[in-house]
Amino acid sequence: MATAPRRRRPLRLASREAIWAYVFLLVPLAFFLGLRLWPAVQSFLLSLQTWHVNPDMRNFVGLQYYREMLNTPRLHQALGNTLLYTLISVPTQLVIGLVMALLLTSVERFRGLFRAIFFAPYITPGVAVAWVWGWMYNVNNGIFNAFIIQLDDWAAALGLTWLSFEIQPFLQSPRQALVSVAAVVIWQGLGFQVVIFLAGLLGIPRSFYEAARIDGANAWQVFWSITLPLLNPVLLFSIVISTIASLQLFDQVININFTDQGGPLGSTLTVAVYMYLEAFERARLGYAAAVTVLLFVIILVITLIQIRFLNRRVEY
Amino acid sequence: MAVGRVPGRRFRPRVALSYLALSVLGVAMAFPFVWMLLTSFKSIREIFRPGFLPQVWTLANYQEVLFQTEFPRWFLNSFIVASVTTVSVLFFCALVGYTLARLRFPGKEIVFVLILSTMMIPTEMLVIPWFVMSAEYGWTNTYWGIAFPGLITGFGVFLMRQFFSTLPLDLFDAGRLDGLSEFGLFWRVGMPLVRPGLAALGIFTFIGNWNAFLWPLIVVTNRSMRTIPVGTALFSGEAATAYNLIMAASALAIVPVLIIFIIFQKQIVEGVVLTGVKG
Repeated sequence: MATAPRRRRPLRLASREAIWAYVFLLVPLAFFLGLRLWPAVQSFLLSLQTWHVNPDMRNFVGLQYYREMLNTPRLHQALGNTLLYTLISVPTQLVIGLVMALLLTSVERFRGLFRAIFFAPYITPGVAVAWVWGWMYNVNNGIFNAFIIQLDDWAAALGLTWLSFEIQPFLQSPRQALVSVAAVVIWQGLGFQVVIFLAGLLGIPRSFYEAARIDGANAWQVFWSITLPLLNPVLLFSIVISTIASLQLFDQVININFTDQGGPLGSTLTVAVYMYLEAFERARLGYAAAVTVLLFVIILVITLIQIRFLNRRVEY
Repeated sequence: MAVGRVPGRRFRPRVALSYLALSVLGVAMAFPFVWMLLTSFKSIREIFRPGFLPQVWTLANYQEVLFQTEFPRWFLNSFIVASVTTVSVLFFCALVGYTLARLRFPGKEIVFVLILSTMMIPTEMLVIPWFVMSAEYGWTNTYWGIAFPGLITGFGVFLMRQFFSTLPLDLFDAGRLDGLSEFGLFWRVGMPLVRPGLAALGIFTFIGNWNAFLWPLIVVTNRSMRTIPVGTALFSGEAATAYNLIMAASALAIVPVLIIFIIFQKQIVEGVVLTGVKG
């Protein structure tokens, strides 16, 4: 950069280019610094102070809110739930998404139509989706329980007295609520996996499969030693993206149990919902800021671990 | 897709099984939408009775949602916010992506890393400072207040940089010889060549902002400034057990996005593939 110029013309061109570059970057950089990086730092600063609208009335409390987080069972529950959502939804999406993509590669007609149907939920608003599923899960009038009653009637009509189906509480039960919400998240996110897996699968050269067939490999061996390793970068990307999304789960959780946000006994509560309720229902912005700092660290650490351990280069 | 290949003349059980499995999965995936629409055409009495199809199809729920609430206004709000952010994202992300991919200047790596690092910050960590800022500057209940967080995104910059860096250099040299300014090179030479990228980014940005919930929920306290997701949520909360109305509201929130999806399906799917496989 500060090296002595050897030729005049390239330097002139280069410096003119540099000036234009800075002009182009002026507004965007101000945006990134002022509305992204600075607020992130500010979140940390706010987490060290008691909240007051007037900045002069905020008291510095150091790490008090971080100590409070250690002793707050409801936050621990939210953290546990958030990890549970991730552990349920990410692997399930991966497996079902892969099965759907493999099924799509085995057909030639209507591939686009099926892919579109699978993908549609991904782009619809989580708020409306949560209300639709909340209605389907409704204990007394929901379609799921109507179906269960129907099954029970059929079993009785067939004289199968040993077979009975009972109405389920779904969102009303602390035991079933989290899994019920996770099902919504899986349903909504599946299409994304299907689309990128399908593209990844179609990108694997046919010659690999032909070579394997000549070597006498069976379908299972082909899947484990060709398809899966070659799909690795795509799988890693999908795992990282869906994990980050899952750790930030908010829209679906808050809407599906709207009158009891966080679900029965806090069983569906996530860190994002907990943060929102603390900040904007209880006006505890300093403490909530500390929670967001924790969430940031968790997302960062989990993402780095995933990239470190899953990113194995495959050479063929 | 099957160009040049002879379609199977004989019955192939494995393919038939695949179609069967795909059909079952397709019905399951589409079912929530179907059930939403069916419920939205039923009367309140009918939704509490068993039965799949409406006995009497009614548009009363849609009429009530559209005319007894401020739904049309929320629609307009969402449209304004999503349009403004999309135009802004397309212009600025392309400009920065072009600058990072094509121009030589000191400090380029630092700028790139700085912008990439903003992608690691979760929105949750930003909403509290944004809220404090909005309260201080009077941005609550304004379009600017709802839109400003989405005006430029690190993801958009990253995506556009990828697109611009694949373009051949000689095109720009030719433009330079024709006397185009640096902005002219970006606008006249670069932009038309990255149309597929712009299309994908534009559609994603529009849908993402149309669906956004957390920040609009925080920055809007005034009923008439709600966006579609916020309006849907709070309206549904007030509607209690009137699921016929809630499903009509949900359909009004979901169907426009589905229509956009049907129109731009090709670009959307290609965009996902580009970000997933290339990025």
